[in-house]
Amino acid sequence: MEDNSVFFTDRSGRITSNPLLDQLPSYQSLLYRRKSSGAGTKRRGSSRGRLSSSGSVKWTINTMRRIEEKQTSQIGQRAIRELALNMAQKRRNKDQPLNKNQDLSSWRQWRQNTRRNLKRLRDDAEVFLSSMKLWKRDIHQIEGMFGTGILSYFSFLRFLVALNLFIFLLMFSFVILPIIIVPHTKGNITYDQHDETDCRVYQSSARRGLVNFHTHLGDLLSGGGFLEQTYLFYGFYKVDKIHFPKATYNLALAYLLATIAYLLLSLIWIVKRSATGFKRNLVQDEDRFQSFCNKIFAGWDFCITDQNTARLKRKSLFYELKTDLEEEKIKRKIADRTRKEKCRIYLIRVILNIFVIAILAACFYSIYIATTVSQEKQMNNVKVNFIEDLIVEYLPSIVITLANFITPLLFSVIINFEDYSPAFEIRFTLMRCVFMRLTSIGVLLFSLWSQITKCEEDSCVCGYNHKLYSCWETRVGQEMYKLTIFDFIIIFAVTIFVEFPRKLIVKYGQCGLAKWWGQQQFSIPQNVLEIVYGQTICWIGTFFCPMLPAICTIKYFLIFYIKKVSLIRNCRPSTRPFRASSSNFFFLGVLLIGLALACLPITVSIAQINCSQACGPFVNYNTSWQALPAALSHLPDGAQRFLYALSSEAFAVSFFVVTCLAMFYVIALAGAHKRVINQLREQLVVEGKDKRFLIQKLCQAQGPRSTSSVSGFHPGSPSRLSPSYHTSFSSNYNDAVFLTHPPPNSATPV
Amino acid sequence: MGNKQTIFTDEQLDAYQDCTFFTRKEILRLHSRYHELAPHLVPMDYTNEPDCKLPLALIVDMPELKENPFRNRIVESFSEDGMGNLSFNEFVDMFSVLSEMAPRELKAIYAFKIYDFNVDNYLCKEDLEKTLNRLTKEELTPEEVELVCEKTIEEADLDGDNKLSYADFENMISRAPDFLSTFHIRI
Repeated sequence: MEDNSVFFTDRSGRITSNPLLDQLPSYQSLLYRRKSSGAGTKRRGSSRGRLSSSGSVKWTINTMRRIEEKQTSQIGQRAIRELALNMAQKRRNKDQPLNKNQDLSSWRQWRQNTRRNLKRLRDDAEVFLSSMKLWKRDIHQIEGMFGTGILSYFSFLRFLVALNLFIFLLMFSFVILPIIIVPHTKGNITYDQHDETDCRVYQSSARRGLVNFHTHLGDLLSGGGFLEQTYLFYGFYKVDKIHFPKATYNLALAYLLATIAYLLLSLIWIVKRSATGFKRNLVQDEDRFQSFCNKIFAGWDFCITDQNTARLKRKSLFYELKTDLEEEKIKRKIADRTRKEKCRIYLIRVILNIFVIAILAACFYSIYIATTVSQEKQMNNVKVNFIEDLIVEYLPSIVITLANFITPLLFSVIINFEDYSPAFEIRFTLMRCVFMRLTSIGVLLFSLWSQITKCEEDSCVCGYNHKLYSCWETRVGQEMYKLTIFDFIIIFAVTIFVEFPRKLIVKYGQCGLAKWWGQQQFSIPQNVLEIVYGQTICWIGTFFCPMLPAICTIKYFLIFYIKKVSLIRNCRPSTRPFRASSSNFFFLGVLLIGLALACLPITVSIAQINCSQACGPFVNYNTSWQALPAALSHLPDGAQRFLYALSSEAFAVSFFVVTCLAMFYVIALAGAHKRVINQLREQLVVEGKDKRFLIQKLCQAQGPRSTSSVSGFHPGSPSRLSPSYHTSFSSNYNDAVFLTHPPPNSATPV
Repeated sequence: MGNKQTIFTDEQLDAYQDCTFFTRKEILRLHSRYHELAPHLVPMDYTNEPDCKLPLALIVDMPELKENPFRNRIVESFSEDGMGNLSFNEFVDMFSVLSEMAPRELKAIYAFKIYDFNVDNYLCKEDLEKTLNRLTKEELTPEEVELVCEKTIEEADLDGDNKLSYADFENMISRAPDFLSTFHIRI
């Protein structure tokens, strides 16, 4: 059995064992890639021998030599380790250029050596950096046990820890640090308090004197009391400028710019991280494109080392394949729907969507009511007892958490009646949950603002209700703080008091209820929504509570360990597997939505609502935003005019138009590329058919009479000689089919 | 760097570092794993390139490969004799191709070899059926297996010969988003 002939006669009984096919350049390059060194040279020698047995020896030998040279030069261009050769061949190829190098000038040698050493240095540096990555071993363990889908959740968590840490460092170094070092550097703080109006009276709820221990605990949980006048909240930063011996530091401007900076930093970092994911997902717009191929050839996770996980992965692949087969059936069913059925389905969908909107509206209204009630009760300052006070303070958080718990269940029930395809069902439910979670924060803030800007008279004197909210930013900061703390408490409590008992019940319970309930599944989408919700609160809250990112860093750090323990002890992987590729896209997409949503309240707070006159760095300005124009007015005239031109409407409109044009161009380009790809695909199919047809004809011609028939051969009906398949290695070829009679060189450029 | 190891010469380590995606430390670690598989067969001193091959049965017992349904095919594709006996060079080669840093084209070549059970340079229907059965441990009914194989060939076959050549396979795998992350063994 020759291992360089493509069709084995003895194995499959096919008669078309064709030396012609072996001479096709595409097969030659496959052979070259395939096996060991000695066999390779032997092979080439034998095929050469076969060619020379017929005429035009010189021509064929030259062509072969040209091909070999091209291949070796292509080796030189690619890195050695990316070639599909075995180790001995690679080492020989590596040494060959080295020997050739003796002839090169010493400059070239030195350059190549330094390049190689730099590459090695870079590799070592990368290894060092990646060994410093947080939680490397834990994530490795999780990957081995649960596969790459859940792994992406944990690496997403790690990303958020890093992001929050950077945001905190940003705020700390530009806002908190100058204030801390003032006593040490003989600077002094100024804030203009030129007129004592009503607006500037600050009624803080900080306590003095001895208090009970549980009031301290209550303060810790609610952010009031002794925490109110600390670095934690906006109100403490009643600093306008800091005069150091050598310079003046405009803290108000720094506070504003640090806020904008951390939003931009988050945006850039998220977009950079999601760049590869977006690209891949935009190219394959249809999800069902190659679903079967993807599952069979890229479905098994080679990282799995645990027996249980392997069994689960097999089950999940089986489940996925069955789902896909079902989808095919459903697609056929949908295509066969009659008009009457279609109308009925659309009617049902409209009704159910109205129902969903009604549920959402009810949730939002209850959040609004809860916030209003909570704020009013807090303003009355009637202390009933510790627990009730806490409940009143946390009422909005409780309502939001309840709503976010009930609505996914409702949505997943409702979607069953809407009769979509399974993949679309999952995505649509997820979209609804995302909308619910993120909008609930918006509703909370909206209700807070309506409270803040509601005064007894029709229009507020200071622009906000200064009697009740002398320092409204601190109040908003306290609400964000409470949301964060409550979120963390809930995650912790659910793990300990719900999941752990569930595991015990399922393990030791004999009744049917336990079996039906089943073991906890680690549902990735819901968990991701949870932490994106927390991160959105952090983004909104950092302006009002500069230490919140530090709290969130610690919170996510602890959540990692809680979730890891819960995963390993309580959960089994979900049977609906979440693909690693689309999961990155999903996580970062939801995070971006959260970021966009977070920018909105901050913009409104900075630009629209009058800042508190009694506290904070912006006491001298009407709104927080005015610190920026005030600082710009000190710049030289030319710079001022330039900056004002940048912010004028003319510039904004033209910028918008140019961006739209660029976007349309790129979309058109993508459409054109897609059309070209389709055409090329069709061409490939036709070329394949051409090739088979030609080979058939050749065999027929060659069969009965070997040499004489060949001279009568024309490259018949196919319009041109079909270039054989080129692979990525042989793409530079001028292809020619090797016949025993050399044809005119009619190679087509590919 | 004054590394007092005597397993490999410096040139050998350099060569390994250039020809694979591993660093020196990792190559030494791989050697200790290789040695663990058969301590009496594998010499500790590789400076004069001993000719030592480990049989298939020892290698597929490694924890990284034990649960893999394609473990036999993986080891066979990297062995020179096609029977699964790996020398240390081939051992390192195998894990290098399956490491995180190997590019997609390289992985595609070897993936094709792995899935080609009858080694005829095509992924025909029998190959696909064998792959599918290994993946699902034969829990699908024969009609379902038939249907899935048909659909797979339909999706990926470009030249219409009812089996997948390497060109078809490469074209299809370049559009499989999960391939790089799943075709990867950590060692």
